[in-house]
Amino acid sequence: MSDTAHAHPTPRDYWLIALILAVITGAEVSVTYIDALDSVVAPLLITMSAAKFAIVVGYFMHLKYEQRIYRNLFLMGIIAAPILFGTVLLTFGVLIGD
Amino acid sequence: MSIDTLAQEHPGPHDVSHIRKVAMWVFLGSEVLFFGSLITTFLLYRTRIGDGPGAAEIFDIPFTSVSSFILLMSSLTMVMAHHSASRKDWRQMRVWLVATAMLGIVFLSGQVFEFTEFVEEGLTVSTSPFGSSFFVLTGVHGAHVAVGVLLLLATALMSFTGRLRDGEGMNVEIIGLYWHFVDVVWIVIFTVVYLMQV
Repeated sequence: MSDTAHAHPTPRDYWLIALILAVITGAEVSVTYIDALDSVVAPLLITMSAAKFAIVVGYFMHLKYEQRIYRNLFLMGIIAAPILFGTVLLTFGVLIGD
Repeated sequence: MSIDTLAQEHPGPHDVSHIRKVAMWVFLGSEVLFFGSLITTFLLYRTRIGDGPGAAEIFDIPFTSVSSFILLMSSLTMVMAHHSASRKDWRQMRVWLVATAMLGIVFLSGQVFEFTEFVEEGLTVSTSPFGSSFFVLTGVHGAHVAVGVLLLLATALMSFTGRLRDGEGMNVEIIGLYWHFVDVVWIVIFTVVYLMQV
């Protein structure tokens, strides 16, 4: 993997990305109103939220095109947070039922 | 000691813009942990509603969805401002910066309206652990948005008055990183705090 920056997206790409984000947001809201999806609504919402997160960080924040050092600095927080707070939640019994 | 002085005293492959970007990414990494702690606290206390209303009773998902959409679109206007700055199209950059700030103000207005509604319906910061964790989390996020709006307006004003010189487009990129981060935090809050609780 190269350590140098790459060409950034064009304005047209940015508008397309914004459209994709809007569609995902619409889908997120929609699934909460569909009773048939009640059993899978949580994983669906988490997946769509993670997709939006990755799109904004990757394309709007340009992390996909930036030098590796920036990515690693941010990833430290992204990786540490679920481990740390997942442990806290498990400890307090939220994930295993209280 | 300013960052420019540091760069002069330690010349090398890392220029000032690189140092600023590293500093911002380190800051954002630490902010992930900060907001992670607030979201975790909310998850721990979300069912402790005491005598007050719960999430399903008071959340207005259509209203919050519109607010979320507005903040999401402000990321588009922000990235367009950065794109204009990188092309040294300062006039266009100012237009996008002000547009981003306006969208941020609309989002904040929506949050103030939402908080007012919740208080009228009996949910305050002292009603229950749910209320405390909700208001602290969304309030701290709102404070971050407010700081972002001030940074955007200050940058636009500096550009209007000619104090944002040619090589300072980096400032727009740094503010953009902060603004996009505030947006991604809301993406998580909207899903975890609002959509998953109704």
